[in-house]
Amino acid sequence: MEVGRAEKIIEKVFFISALSSILIVFFIIAFILKESIPALALGWNFFLGMRWYPPHSQFGIFPIVVSTFVVGIGALAIAASIGIPASIYLAEFSPGWLRNIIKPCVEMLVGIPSIVLGFFGLMVLVVFIRNSFGGYGECILAGWMILAIMTLPHVVSISEDSIRAVPKGYKEASLALGATHLQTTIRVILPNARSGILASLILGMGNAIGETMAVLMVIGNPNIPWIPSSVLEPVRVLTSTIVIEIGYAVWGSMHQHALFALGVVLFIIVAILNVITTAVIRKGVAGIG
Amino acid sequence: MHKIKAVVIAATVVVAIAAVGTAVFLMPKSSLTEERLSGKLTIAGSTTLLPINEECRRLLMEKNPELRISVSGGGSGHGIKAAGAGEIDIGAASRDIKSKEMEVYPDLKLVVIGKDSLAIVVHPNNPVNELTMEEASKIFSGEINNWKEVGGEDAKIRVITREGGSGTREVFETYVMKRFGREIAGAASVKPSNGEVRATVSGDKNSIGYVSLGFVDPSLKALKIDGVEATVENVLSGDYPISRSLYLITKGEPEQLEKAFIDYMLSEEGQKVVEDNGYIRVK
Repeated sequence: MEVGRAEKIIEKVFFISALSSILIVFFIIAFILKESIPALALGWNFFLGMRWYPPHSQFGIFPIVVSTFVVGIGALAIAASIGIPASIYLAEFSPGWLRNIIKPCVEMLVGIPSIVLGFFGLMVLVVFIRNSFGGYGECILAGWMILAIMTLPHVVSISEDSIRAVPKGYKEASLALGATHLQTTIRVILPNARSGILASLILGMGNAIGETMAVLMVIGNPNIPWIPSSVLEPVRVLTSTIVIEIGYAVWGSMHQHALFALGVVLFIIVAILNVITTAVIRKGVAGIG
Repeated sequence: MHKIKAVVIAATVVVAIAAVGTAVFLMPKSSLTEERLSGKLTIAGSTTLLPINEECRRLLMEKNPELRISVSGGGSGHGIKAAGAGEIDIGAASRDIKSKEMEVYPDLKLVVIGKDSLAIVVHPNNPVNELTMEEASKIFSGEINNWKEVGGEDAKIRVITREGGSGTREVFETYVMKRFGREIAGAASVKPSNGEVRATVSGDKNSIGYVSLGFVDPSLKALKIDGVEATVENVLSGDYPISRSLYLITKGEPEQLEKAFIDYMLSEEGQKVVEDNGYIRVK
């Protein structure tokens, strides 16, 4: 009797804890949405407007969104072209001892605070780009490189896990039929690990788009956001615009609402990417099972 | 006999300890209770005022160990907003309060604690030494985009500016850009502090920016404007054409601790700190 009651109480406590996390998410979304409504109500002038210049009450986010995707996709392309071969090597070809060295090192990249990476980017990468390619140094290319470093561990780690998750039997069957190790990897293992690899890329993209400090420091942030025509040009992304301007947006002004609306756009992009990731992983798991 | 001696010695020792103890206990109390401040004070806002507030905080806390002052930046806009909303005790601003801000926070009280000027700065190796105000406005608006047009090398000019809420930018726009009806170029790189502008300009030979006079150091070269050097003397004499006031802001009349800090800032010691940081004293 007593034990049963205690168990019930503890169960309730756990339930409330679980509920609180939902409530927190709900309240944050509700607050941000509420604050952003006046700006979202601008409609196409907001979403497709070409000029963002708060002093003139111009709040067109199109160049910012385009820049955000340019920076995110480019970083992902770099991270993928290094990360996927790396994960194949780690899962299929590397000797165990080497893997035990490389994998923790890659995962340690996650632990580097973004401000430290940004500082490294500003002091080393930006100077390197300015001296070897010209331009101002603070540019899309610098953002790509810093974000690729930040995304790489996610891509390597998740891709490697999904390659390892391919059932042993597939590999053994392929090898038994006379295929070489390389043929087996490319024709059998990779297609089966496809969904996990894809998921790692989409997740990495979400991370790259939401990243703030490191990007802010190396991306140049032009006074008025524009659509870039070269990778050596500075741009403004969603996160850097919010950080730079939130300090001086007058409380209750359209400018402040517009910054909250940028937050909503950012949130929706990342949420969609997360949903796609989950769907892809689920489909992949079903496929293998 | 011996016993009596021992008792006398013991009694003397006890009395002596008690006397010294009492004296130690009482002395500092009686001599310091009059002026010692205690409690908590939070200050935030303009990064221009940050070094001044930091120094005054250090000096005041040395005198009043019970006093806890926290000083942070965030920009003038943040200082005004946070002071008005009651999130902090004292806001620091290096620009005038906008009418829109006065509407939202009508009970703000301002005290001028110093004057500031800003310098237009380039890399020390840049051969250009002087600009007219109009040339400066053309460079920052992007109409002049090569150094050779103002007597420098054949290289593209990179313009560095502060973010929109910055008091320094406000002053720059008021005194340099608006006078000629120009605006800062869309392509200008935005840096969120005086320190970052300084770091960027001192690291890029073709860049130009502007910083508070207090931030000019040998890693930068301050340009003469209309032939006048950017120095404190020239600002005081009125020859140098760009200057502004520095404010401490409270919500309503300053209360005990707030008033103590502001009074300290206006005292001889506080004004010396203002001066040491390269700004211009008001008392």
